[in-house]
Amino acid sequence: MDYLWAFVIGGGICVIGQLLISLTRLTAARILVIFVTAGVVLTALGLYEPLVELAGAGATVPLTGFGYALGKGALEAARESGVIGAFTGGITATAGGVAAAIVFGYLNALLFTPKTKM
Amino acid sequence: MANEKKTPEQVKYQKLVKERMPKSQTFSQCVRAFISGGIICCIGQLMRNWAQQGMGLDEKGTAAFTAIVMVFLGATLTGIGVYDKIGEWSGAGSIVPITGFANSIVSPAMEFKREGFITGTAAKLFTIAGPVLVYGVGSSVIVGLLSLLFK
Repeated sequence: MDYLWAFVIGGGICVIGQLLISLTRLTAARILVIFVTAGVVLTALGLYEPLVELAGAGATVPLTGFGYALGKGALEAARESGVIGAFTGGITATAGGVAAAIVFGYLNALLFTPKTKM
Repeated sequence: MANEKKTPEQVKYQKLVKERMPKSQTFSQCVRAFISGGIICCIGQLMRNWAQQGMGLDEKGTAAFTAIVMVFLGATLTGIGVYDKIGEWSGAGSIVPITGFANSIVSPAMEFKREGFITGTAAKLFTIAGPVLVYGVGSSVIVGLLSLLFK
């Protein structure tokens, strides 16, 4: 059941991205920025949490989920420690993913050269 | 011009083609995005379940573990040249998940390696990730501050 909802919701979020790309010719960079920001805003409005409860990774793996982690982290930390928390919460909650992106990104770029250059 | 020589039927036909082509393409691309995005999220769900039930991690640990593994997979598949092949078929299905974020980090960094370790590889890691972090982290701080105002 977990997997069905993860598939449907995760796939659905990707379809929204595909529609934006196909119909508005937005570049990948813009899509990613829009999705992460949308994730933060939807989380702040309380609309994204139910989706995460329903679909698990279907909601957290798309980049809106990265926004969700950022927004949720900032909101929770702000509640606990005020203004400082608003600043530290987002990055603290996403530190693992960001550090992994830097480390694995750098290592892969060092080890490999582009192959699919056509 | 060339248009004047076409019979009305031809004009009509071309109009029809123009109307239908992009739409049907869009539809099949959406189906592909749905399937591939869904599969990637299911892999994420597998990691989540593994972290939660297998390793007994809490909510935050589970989220971090899933993000780290998915980023690792996206970055490594990009490095060995597989992710771009997946991307050709799946379109947004490979861009929107966090594996696509990892792909957007590795691709330009690989490409600009010849410009050196610092201004090449390291700087280009953030060609797309930079804007994502700027807007993502920026909006999270704003949201956090606003939540204090409207408490």
